[in-house]
Amino acid sequence: MTTDQPHSSLAALLASGAPVTGHRPWPRCLVDRPAWQLASAQLAAGHWTLLGLWGEPDLVHLALLAEAEGTIGVLSLACPDQRYPSIGQTHPPALRLERALRDLSGLVPEGLPDRRPWLDHGSWPVSQPLAAAPGPPAPAAAPYPFLPVEGEGLHQIPVGPVHAGIIEPGHFRFTAHGETVVRLEERLGYVHKGIERLLAGADLAGAAKLAGRVSGDSVVAYGLAFAQAAEAALSLTVPPRAQRLRGLMAELERLANHFGDIGAICNDASFALMHAHCGMLRERVLRLAETCFGHRLMRDCVVPGGVAADLKGTGVQALRALLAEIEARFGPLIELYDNTASLLDRTVGTGILKPALARLYGAGGYVGRASGRGFDARKLPGYPPYDGLSFDVPVLDAGDVNARVWIRIREVQASLGLIEQLLAELPVGPIAAPLPAALAAGEGMALVEGFRGDVLVWLRLGADGRVLRCHLRDPSWFQWPLLEAVIEGNIVADFPLCNKSFNCSYSGHDL
Amino acid sequence: MRKHLLESLITPPVTEPAPAPDEAALAELARTVDGAARRRLGRSLAIRQVDAGSCNGCELEIHALSNPFYDLERFGLRFVASPRHADVLLVTGPVTWNMKAALERTYAATPEPKWVVAVGDCARDGGCFAGSYAIAGGVAAVLPVHLHICGCPPSPTQLLRALLALLTHPAHKLAQ
Repeated sequence: MTTDQPHSSLAALLASGAPVTGHRPWPRCLVDRPAWQLASAQLAAGHWTLLGLWGEPDLVHLALLAEAEGTIGVLSLACPDQRYPSIGQTHPPALRLERALRDLSGLVPEGLPDRRPWLDHGSWPVSQPLAAAPGPPAPAAAPYPFLPVEGEGLHQIPVGPVHAGIIEPGHFRFTAHGETVVRLEERLGYVHKGIERLLAGADLAGAAKLAGRVSGDSVVAYGLAFAQAAEAALSLTVPPRAQRLRGLMAELERLANHFGDIGAICNDASFALMHAHCGMLRERVLRLAETCFGHRLMRDCVVPGGVAADLKGTGVQALRALLAEIEARFGPLIELYDNTASLLDRTVGTGILKPALARLYGAGGYVGRASGRGFDARKLPGYPPYDGLSFDVPVLDAGDVNARVWIRIREVQASLGLIEQLLAELPVGPIAAPLPAALAAGEGMALVEGFRGDVLVWLRLGADGRVLRCHLRDPSWFQWPLLEAVIEGNIVADFPLCNKSFNCSYSGHDL
Repeated sequence: MRKHLLESLITPPVTEPAPAPDEAALAELARTVDGAARRRLGRSLAIRQVDAGSCNGCELEIHALSNPFYDLERFGLRFVASPRHADVLLVTGPVTWNMKAALERTYAATPEPKWVVAVGDCARDGGCFAGSYAIAGGVAAVLPVHLHICGCPPSPTQLLRALLALLTHPAHKLAQ
């Protein structure tokens, strides 16, 4: 291959590598180091977006998106000596992914400036649990070296891992000058459960169950992403009714989470009235999910091949009634938000994420869309049932807490429209395609739009239909680092607002 | 805002009547809580929630307990921000090795008498994460547990029924 000529397109770079057969729906190619470094340069130059970086004992994978040309693909680099050129040294969004990969697989990113462990806190009974031969436990954990901050009048505020509210654990190290945050450094990994090791060797049903428990607020998104990856690997076609029901579940999940978030953001500015009203709307959506699909969070409702629960006639009626109720109640709540000056005083201009940074990190969901990045996996690459539905993806440029609230408000409205369209045309038929009697080896990948952003799942199935390797990448990987950036220069008291407006997943990130 | 406040004056509350305390929870408490500690139960309790490794599903449903439908505070049950103010630790998740020390320190910071409630299937025995290199086990592998609430996640009603069992004086139950 010629790598002295810069490839202008991702498609061309992929075509220059050795394609791996049986990887669907997008290509995966084995490339050499020069091609790998070229991709790294394209990322650093902002031409492409990093979708994921994960590894196997002697292979490292890089999932890329070239939005302008609409191409998605995976580059794989063999690293027989367990080393590969770091992407993170020139493209910071890869930093934590590479630190995590080294902790899990022992693959060394050459040139990575940050050598600190990320997920391995020195308390596991093994080290490098995903390596061909896991090592002995890491030596007793020395105090984690936080980045130094020096200057007159600075003080540090350590927060967590156990926080004051009912939230997940993580550590935040604030350095403040008076009330103003000079630097925030996050330390995560506290809820690392070793899901990818548990997935290796699991059968399809067991793996789907685990994948659905990566992040409790994105049960449908993860279930769907895993199912789509499995269906791609098995070349399985999902019946139309199941596709529409999946869409319904995904939009109900989005509604429930957005209601919860809008209320919780206002609550962090001590505006409890909004929290109470949004909490009621969220509760109604969850109860409806139970009525329609048998579980409030729709656990295990999406399965490879289709869905596990059918929607009955009473469910359709209940859904229509809920749509009417939300439409009646949500409008006045938006008005309330928009007319409460003391609340807007807290959200407008707070925690601004610059569009350039959102683009560089490929920030998904409301975080990206409030800062000018309009990417939505339902549009690109797009997947059923959304390819046949019409909906707008709201985009704002302000990048503050207020913009992230407004994106959610607009997305609630878009979801209501989507549910209406899905209900208007619900084909009859089976709700799941039977899995092939003889499962075959294959590789599948999926990119699914959860409420928080795009969830990536990559899967390799063995000839016996068991999972050989599965990687799940939460949208939070590319949002957590941005939270550090947006809080800079804000007052400490505004951190809860910034944090809630991001609402990153700890569990999805820590895996 | 005036409109919303007025409306809530003329519309009936959505808050639902209390469910009956959970029988299985009462039986478990009768086994695990004894002596002087038993006499203290049945009063208002301050709860400190600790996520020791959950997927955040349990947190969502615990949050829901505070919404107007369940309104947990009307029973004298209150979430507090510090373990130093707490009577009860409500622990979710399989306990990850990375959270074990923090959980133990939270327990140590909670004044006596104290009770531990393990929430969710993972908190019982690690659930579907049992056997992982990153998991120490269920909550009982790290702390003495007085009450388990099962479910993945338990619904707010299940949570409420079990927590109400905490408020039901065990002596009263034993006398029956």
